Amino acid sequence: MFKIAKYVMYDILRSKVLIAYSLFLLLVSFSLFSMEENSSKSLISLMSVVMIIVPLVSIIFSTTYFYNAYQFIELLVAQPISRSSILLGEFLGVSVSLLTALLIGVGIPVLIYAPDSTGLVLMISGFALTLSFISLAFFSSVAMRDKAKGIGMSLMLWFYFSVIYDGLVLGILFSFNEYPLEKAVIALASFNPIDLGRIIILMKMDISALMGLTGAVYKQFFGSSFGIIYSLSIMLMWIIFPLLIALRIFRKKNL
Amino acid sequence: MIRIEKVEKSFGKLNILKGIDVEFKAGQVVSVIGHNGSGKTTLIKCILGMVVADKGNIYVDEKNIAGDFRYRENIGYMPQIGHYPENMKIGQIFRMMKDLRKNAVSLDESLMEEYKLSELFEKPMHALSGGTTQKVSASLAFLFNPKVLILDEPTAGLDPLASEILKAKIIEAKSKGKLVIITSHIMSEVEEMADTVMYLYEGKVNFYNSVTELKKQTGEEKVGKAIAKIMKESAHV
Repeated sequence: MFKIAKYVMYDILRSKVLIAYSLFLLLVSFSLFSMEENSSKSLISLMSVVMIIVPLVSIIFSTTYFYNAYQFIELLVAQPISRSSILLGEFLGVSVSLLTALLIGVGIPVLIYAPDSTGLVLMISGFALTLSFISLAFFSSVAMRDKAKGIGMSLMLWFYFSVIYDGLVLGILFSFNEYPLEKAVIALASFNPIDLGRIIILMKMDISALMGLTGAVYKQFFGSSFGIIYSLSIMLMWIIFPLLIALRIFRKKNL
Repeated sequence: MIRIEKVEKSFGKLNILKGIDVEFKAGQVVSVIGHNGSGKTTLIKCILGMVVADKGNIYVDEKNIAGDFRYRENIGYMPQIGHYPENMKIGQIFRMMKDLRKNAVSLDESLMEEYKLSELFEKPMHALSGGTTQKVSASLAFLFNPKVLILDEPTAGLDPLASEILKAKIIEAKSKGKLVIITSHIMSEVEEMADTVMYLYEGKVNFYNSVTELKKQTGEEKVGKAIAKIMKESAHV
């Protein structure tokens, strides 16, 4: 598994897409930090960028990588290597590569300009989002035989989580605003890793007051230590669950 | 060595294998023949675990292969069309395969040397001709000195010299008591190498017997004519 991951990383490093991604993040982070005097303002802007770009790049890059590595996988399945270690090796290789890019692109600027706990939380949710979207990417690439369909499904997933889902939540809140929705709002946030990541950061920034009543509910729940454990474990579920389904499909897949 | 019991496989509505029952023994060179789409490659992929059979069992060395992967240490596979990571070089592929199978007991690099692949080690895989890719596939199949060799149309695309080298290698493997399973459409090759013929017809084993028996049954001198006769008979039934 680790050997496979090694070759995957070796392969990714030469594709240069990853280097472009790191440089892009680096550029965005440095320009955001140098534009504002107050580093926490820049952190909010950076968060908005991270919440859009990181999931998108993670899911699309991983999906295209998986299809391009199909020949490599075909070569490996005829060898005495279990299917699980092939898929997990691929996952590990892609994950380490993308996390390194994020660490360089966002981690270094944050370390220079905002080396506090908020910056750390931003990094943690960026990492968790990267992993969960790679996991989702693996699910769609294993489920779809056709490359175009797989990439399409990945794009749909990203679009759903970053745009459509928020619209749906807003719709629910509007149509049921006569009822007490505090618990429902928290439950709804758990079903979207991007929302979850955003809430964790916003709670840390102490600007929940700007978000009105919902903010207060969030603050009460996600601000507590139980809330932190809860949100981190839900994030973990978002990483593990799609990968487990992908693993189940891959074990029985005809290559 | 390899026992296949009632294996069935369908892709969607298409029934490719409809109950295959056959046993291959060490020291045999089995030629699997059949018209295009008769299920030859699917059967091979079932043995390799690349395709999971819907029904039935496959045993390699008396062990059921379902859910297992270690048995593949004993199998060398040469695909019909080799697919390799395009941006890797030949040398890297060989180094990687050796690295991934560090516990391999003995290496057999003779085919690699005879094909002079080490001179091409710096060539990327996407720049190779079909024939050179086949040479790489063949060398990889023999590399780990496996007990079973599965070769899917091994000589298609190879130049005469290269295919003679491969044939000599196959005959050598047979003399060492290995099981060789070949699919081929070239009857003269079947004649040269195989001692057993298995004829697949519409997903079933239509004929499985030794070459001498085949000749006796059909009264033909040449394997090619004998097989053609069997093919015609099965088409009439």
